[in-house]
Amino acid sequence: MAVLRAAKTNNEVDQPSSPVLRFGPDKPLKLDAGALLSPFQIAYQTYGTLNDARSNAILVCHALTGDQHVASTNPVTGKPGWWQVLIGPGKIIDTNRFFVICSNVLGGCLGSTGPASTNPATGKPYGLDLPVITIRDMVRAQLMLVDHFGIEKLFCVLGGSMGGMQVLEWAASYPERVFSALPIATGARHSSQNIAFHEVGRQAVMADPDWHGGKYFEHGKRPEKGLAVARMAAHITYLSEAALHRKFGRNLQDREALAFGFDADFQIESYLRHQGMTFVDRFDANTYLYLTRAMDYFDLVADHGGRLADAFAGTKTRFCLVSFTSDWLFPTEESRSIVHALNAAGASVSFVEIDTDRGHDAFLLDEPELFAAISGFIGSAARARGLNA
Amino acid sequence: MSVNRAQRVDLEVVADLIPPQSRVLDVGSGDGLLLELLQETKQVDGRGLELSQRGVNECVARGLSVIQGDADKDLEFYPDKGFDFVVLSQTLQATRNPKLVLDELLRIGNRAIVSFPNFGHWQVRLSLFVKGRMPVTKDLPYSWYDTPNIHFCTIRDFVNLCEELGATVEKATALDGNGQKIGLSMPWWFWNFFGQQAVFLLRR
Repeated sequence: MAVLRAAKTNNEVDQPSSPVLRFGPDKPLKLDAGALLSPFQIAYQTYGTLNDARSNAILVCHALTGDQHVASTNPVTGKPGWWQVLIGPGKIIDTNRFFVICSNVLGGCLGSTGPASTNPATGKPYGLDLPVITIRDMVRAQLMLVDHFGIEKLFCVLGGSMGGMQVLEWAASYPERVFSALPIATGARHSSQNIAFHEVGRQAVMADPDWHGGKYFEHGKRPEKGLAVARMAAHITYLSEAALHRKFGRNLQDREALAFGFDADFQIESYLRHQGMTFVDRFDANTYLYLTRAMDYFDLVADHGGRLADAFAGTKTRFCLVSFTSDWLFPTEESRSIVHALNAAGASVSFVEIDTDRGHDAFLLDEPELFAAISGFIGSAARARGLNA
Repeated sequence: MSVNRAQRVDLEVVADLIPPQSRVLDVGSGDGLLLELLQETKQVDGRGLELSQRGVNECVARGLSVIQGDADKDLEFYPDKGFDFVVLSQTLQATRNPKLVLDELLRIGNRAIVSFPNFGHWQVRLSLFVKGRMPVTKDLPYSWYDTPNIHFCTIRDFVNLCEELGATVEKATALDGNGQKIGLSMPWWFWNFFGQQAVFLLRR
């Protein structure tokens, strides 16, 4: 058992340092896969104070490799929260004004129940024994957390990429619980190309002999090489050709000339290797399989009989969508098709496309136009909700 | 704001046609002047559709509900009678297919409000007649080769199009070169000659 624990990514899996909400046998979670998950837990962070009317809550949904530590130091990496540029006291999303909630998604590896969590039935990590988790399952679990806080209606649900999928699912499944929705750099369904990239990543993990059919903890191992390759491939999709060229070009790494070998001659190789290596220190390989699968399975169009507008029929939620010109993972057209569906549903919708060469990852960066759009949208929604500045 | 409201008298005329708390879609919402005016003075539920991404981003940053889109392509996504009013202000002449666009406006809105520069204005006629040159006036500041305005019409032309589309003109206003309304009692030919801009309230 000691070996097993040491082999885990970190001890944040079962006993996270953040608050955690545990649901016992009386509150099972019915999963899309058909199974009942019980018991299970959701780890979360909150910032700011919930007002008396419980009307100032903002739920932030994290992306594939994100976590609940959105606006405070990450306990695993020691780095600032992944959206700390945006969220905090006096910031665009002002925690002096709003109550911000962010939970680790179901299937995650930082405290919410996921494949790295201990299966109470066996005392060992779930591994592949955990049923496949969907975006809707994640949202159902978040709803239980929101209910726990007694919040009838979230003032805003926002997130990028996989987080944006959760935002769309929230708006489609629980429109009466969402006053405003801000899905960023996302799509109503994962494209074939996106599924293809994810499959490359999963195959890299599973091809690593240390993966052991998903039972690597029991062998005291972790498929670090496979996961690192998966991250390297995925990381390319988060950037753009223009940004890569601007940052790295064909520059050589710590050398004057080509070495005629297979070391990292080029800076871009060195950069990707670094990305892969640091990723495995903070992320669980099976979790990567589960969460990429959840994104692949997401299809709000099919869920609503092939007509996306039906997902939002009669909605009162105010929407703002954001895309980035150089994002080829979730190109602008993906957002535009959601906008068209919302138009058809008669919904209130804003849509901003931001001109940047920083690719998909632009949503995590300090993009003044993104911040201006978020600020304008949240500000007008707050006025409509009667929240004082 | 790049354009002073005082310079866009037609916006005031449009706003006067819209009762409080209406649902309004502004097609070609530009920098959001009309939507802002309507939200401040009429508390409307306003939405905008604008071609220029820069215009859209500025509108959203100011809290307006605006999307990037093309009047020629994107109106088809809106449901029938989804709005009380659909406004097309100073944009009709820049669309590829004004007839289709007007048809869509009448489908989407219970009422459509259209404002456009009148190509029958005497200064325009004079420029062509005397100088033999395409007119460049205060309201039509572009040269022929760089103008976004590809489908000019006169007030008379527009009235004919409305008839063709089965639209009823509920109200029409013409503005002279000083932005003053031309008297209601004047006949169409007078409006067509002295009106620099026209604002029509239509229904079908």
